[in-house]
Amino acid sequence: MHQTPTPRPHRDDAEDNFIRSAGAQLLLFAAVAVIGVALLMFVLAGLVGSNAESVSAVDVERNMITISLADEPPQLDSGMGADSISGMVLGHVMEGLITRDAQANLSPGVAERWEINATDATFYLRKNARWSEGEPVTAHDFVFAWRKAADPAQASEYAFLMYYLRHGEAVAAGQLPMESLGVTALDDHTLYVELSRPTAFFDKLVAFQTFYPIREDFYHRTQGRYGADAEDLLYNGRFKITRWIHGASLMMRKNEYYWNADDVRLDAINVGYITRDGHSRFNFFKDNKIAYAMLQSEQLTSAMENRFHIRRYQDGALFFLEFNHRDDRPTRSWHLRRAMQLVTDSVELVNKVVKLPGYLPGRSLFPVYLRGVNRPFREEFPAPDPELDLELALSHIEQAKIELGVDELPPLTLLIGDSPLAKNQAEYFQSVYQQLGLTIKIDAQIFKQRLDKMKRADFDVVMAGWGPDYDDALTFGDLFASWNLNNHGRWQNAEYDSMVAIAQNSIEPDERMAAFATMQRLIYEEAVILPHYERGTSYVTHPQLKGMVRRAVGADPDLRYAYIERETE
Amino acid sequence: MWRYTFKRLIQGLVTVWFIASATFAAMHLVPGDPLASDKAVSPEIRANLEKRYGLNEPVWRQYTIYMGNLARGDFGISFTQKNRLVNDIIREHFPVSATLGLLAVIFAALGGILWGALTALYRNQLPDFIIMFLVILGISVPSFVVAALGQLGLVSLNNLAGVNLLPVGGWGTIAHMLVPSMVLGLSTMAYLTRLMRSSMLEIVNSDFVRTAKAKGLPPPRIFTQHQLRNAVLPVITVLGPAIAAITTGGFVVELVFAIPGLGRYFVEAVQQLDYTVIMGTTVFYGAFLVFMVIAVDIVYGFVDPRVRLE
Repeated sequence: MHQTPTPRPHRDDAEDNFIRSAGAQLLLFAAVAVIGVALLMFVLAGLVGSNAESVSAVDVERNMITISLADEPPQLDSGMGADSISGMVLGHVMEGLITRDAQANLSPGVAERWEINATDATFYLRKNARWSEGEPVTAHDFVFAWRKAADPAQASEYAFLMYYLRHGEAVAAGQLPMESLGVTALDDHTLYVELSRPTAFFDKLVAFQTFYPIREDFYHRTQGRYGADAEDLLYNGRFKITRWIHGASLMMRKNEYYWNADDVRLDAINVGYITRDGHSRFNFFKDNKIAYAMLQSEQLTSAMENRFHIRRYQDGALFFLEFNHRDDRPTRSWHLRRAMQLVTDSVELVNKVVKLPGYLPGRSLFPVYLRGVNRPFREEFPAPDPELDLELALSHIEQAKIELGVDELPPLTLLIGDSPLAKNQAEYFQSVYQQLGLTIKIDAQIFKQRLDKMKRADFDVVMAGWGPDYDDALTFGDLFASWNLNNHGRWQNAEYDSMVAIAQNSIEPDERMAAFATMQRLIYEEAVILPHYERGTSYVTHPQLKGMVRRAVGADPDLRYAYIERETE
Repeated sequence: MWRYTFKRLIQGLVTVWFIASATFAAMHLVPGDPLASDKAVSPEIRANLEKRYGLNEPVWRQYTIYMGNLARGDFGISFTQKNRLVNDIIREHFPVSATLGLLAVIFAALGGILWGALTALYRNQLPDFIIMFLVILGISVPSFVVAALGQLGLVSLNNLAGVNLLPVGGWGTIAHMLVPSMVLGLSTMAYLTRLMRSSMLEIVNSDFVRTAKAKGLPPPRIFTQHQLRNAVLPVITVLGPAIAAITTGGFVVELVFAIPGLGRYFVEAVQQLDYTVIMGTTVFYGAFLVFMVIAVDIVYGFVDPRVRLE
């Protein structure tokens, strides 16, 4: 068929007509489409939508604040929970024997007073502590919960906290029945605990969620669904969950049965958004939809431009380079490790590579917020000064070659996570250790696989992190005891082990802190790890939100004491 | 036609079975331990965990158990969301993703047809150039950029207007659905525009249109009955895979706008090595897409009388 001739400079009337009427047709089509889609959306909203009330970050009339969580709580069984999101929610809707006040001091929770000594502890529960349907909280609820946490059939990751109780380890290993666990209810309001060894920080320990109470009859009534939904939980904390739409939102309302309900100044905390994307959460904050948001480095300028009040806190985690000390690894050589230690500058790492607000250069296994005898531990027992000396490092490299019996050092495999920050750091270290003539091969893995490789000792060096389980230096100190399964590098040192034993068994603060100081020194001298940084977080809050507490250990952020400040105009 | 449908359905089931088996194999071949956590657990607890999730059996036995449960519609319990049935996860979150996806597909299809027809009509003139430029942008700019920009734009809009015009995130009302579904449908809309444009241009030069014009048929009728209707056919063919791309691509939009859809579980389950959720969402999505494609093919048979389904 013959082609139409190339377009002429002007069209004739018929074609103009055609185009005009075709254009009109399209317009009609567009109009119908818009109306049709609008109708469809109306129908869909009716079917799928929820009655999303308009939210605002701070609602003075309803005395409610709206916040966002990074993730959906995997589950809210306090004996099982192992993540910080569950911890945060549980910290608001449940309460243990002892809790923390707004100044981070221990204060009475369900227990109004207690006596703890080297062998046992007695807690006297208050008579007016009640569950969210009115029944009193009794000592039996704690006995049931603690036994359940230790029960091997439950397979709780935090069962190890029950080892501090008499027979705890045996019960968790299935060698003894649950009733042997060293906790009994002398009567409805007296809880008697037998300790497996003197535990100086037992009071801090019982503030943790694994020790929260659970009502036995309610637990069995849920038939295996305890903690799965809002109605599958009983609450004894300041708030209770009234609505939980998985993956979307969570509503916590003031628990009128809480023994100190008058002290609860908010009527509701609405978790209105759940998303992992920090940029989105910051957008919600800017749009006045949520009352606080974490800041990432890209958002700092925007936050400053908007004149938001930027705050900081240490969130508790320590990150470090861990060596594999096993016999088949080049990193077993102290000279090699010492050489690497002499060129690792954590200040440069934090300032030039990480560049995130709030991070502190790593100096010690023990982060700055840990308490010593009377003052912060790092004030009473300062960390060793970092030494940087390339020449000395190179001489240690030569010694390492002799020790290992090689002419050239083999390449070292650096195991890291898959985040962009981890990759940046790894590349930085590649260039740093190249000065020593070392080749670093980067092995990036997703979290689960990195853990798996660490457990199988499939690394020379790994960039690892550790967060506190309880508020005592031992949670970091015992990490490198030779018997600790989390000591992935399998470093062994008799002196270190004996220090850990002292810290575990003594109840004298001076003795314990001195033991930690020795541990701190040994970690440095033996170059067991190379501390990188202590993580800090910057965040912004709504100016009317007051009383929010940030913690390194325990439920964070803590909104139990929060309130809305009325505007003064 | 019924025989054709039946044959396709059987083929579809076989495809889904194949998807399930391939995913199962891939999942178990990936190194890593689904039960790993950063706290070392005692061997006793570890054994109990394995028993609870059926990981203590040999792999082939796990496969048969899983396939058996699958045939009965039981996807099991999530590894990471303790106490939550995968069936519940899918049931609660898929409608959200489906709504988002459906709206996105509709925006994409309607928009694609509209803009494509427009550019063909005004070809080589200003509307054509503008639209084609936007189309190139729409195809090349990745979805997470569009989503982030979209949200940022909403924030600025709300700030400028002083009042909350459109919600910046979340889910529940029409206002919540509008921007996310537009963002999600954008790149498909761009692609369909191009498709529609070339399809229209081809038709404009075809015999039957020139015959219709020569016969003096009223222009509106030529345009709708003959041109549009035929040009739409390639768009419908592409719609099947487009639904696929949009449904699975919804993850980014769901993440940015905090929408409680299934995409999040789909992607994160792989990182968490949550076997049951991986299998459940993959098989579910796989089945959904396979049957969507079959449905589109059948619809195509109605729309285009030249195609005889046998």
